[in-house]
Amino acid sequence: MAFRSAVITFPGSNCDRDMAVALEQVSGTTPVRVWHGDAHLPDGLDFIALPGGFSYGDYLRSGAMAANSPIMREVIRAADRGVPVLGVCNGFQVLTEARLLPGALMRNASQHFICRNAGLKVENAQSIFTSGYSAGQEISIPVAHHDGNFFADEETLDRIEGEGRVAFRYTDNLNGSRRDIAGVLNKAGNVLGMMPHPERAVDAAHGGTDGLALFEGAMKALASA
Amino acid sequence: MKIRVLVSLKPGVLDPQGRAVHHALEGLGFNGVDDVRIGRTVELDVADDTSDAALTEMCEKLLANTVIENYKIEKLG
Repeated sequence: MAFRSAVITFPGSNCDRDMAVALEQVSGTTPVRVWHGDAHLPDGLDFIALPGGFSYGDYLRSGAMAANSPIMREVIRAADRGVPVLGVCNGFQVLTEARLLPGALMRNASQHFICRNAGLKVENAQSIFTSGYSAGQEISIPVAHHDGNFFADEETLDRIEGEGRVAFRYTDNLNGSRRDIAGVLNKAGNVLGMMPHPERAVDAAHGGTDGLALFEGAMKALASA
Repeated sequence: MKIRVLVSLKPGVLDPQGRAVHHALEGLGFNGVDDVRIGRTVELDVADDTSDAALTEMCEKLLANTVIENYKIEKLG
């Protein structure tokens, strides 16, 4: 079965090609590239990816403008139908602004842009996106962001922890995120937002392959669904 | 009708930018500054018959992120 994926590009996205390359490498099928102003997503999608970057120049708040672009109405509809949606970095910010995920991504506590490999611990290894890992596994995935400081109020944090919705935690909290949260799932488990870039860790020549298991695991989970 | 929307971080939400500005003020020799919080002002020029409900919706849907921010709508006439 061909794996039909789409990568959304907003004005200012800059990791869309990396995401498409990673998806193609793992699935053998070229993802459909979708522009933010498109009114419709292709039919029969198995996977939607929102890439990193600086959509709309981070005007107003990171991800705020993109969250209200025409294609996001379609992405929200698809997510509600259960289509897996992965948002990385700016894609995570867009998903929180679109209210598909709880919380908000604020300026890093250090005020600095952080660009390096981050140690992560896999908290939930049972989601579509994390089934290629084992619970408690420690992996290394690059981060590159200015606004990655995950914030939610205590009640929301307790709730998402209780529901097993923390996918990844930083082993070394580099940006001030509440409870070291690096990646969070929606309640249904088909939407994941994460600040680290798994699509930048799929080729040994780029310094690591710990991101591969995310894409491979998702493909496998979807094939057996 | 001129509208001013003041967007501020909710109490308890860390403001790294405000903290950096606080340090900078101290560096300039201004003592006695207890705290600095940075927000945003959005000025709107809207039709006179724009309802309060519409203004509130603008704030809720886009101008503020109510997860982390409060907003205040001021009518300037």
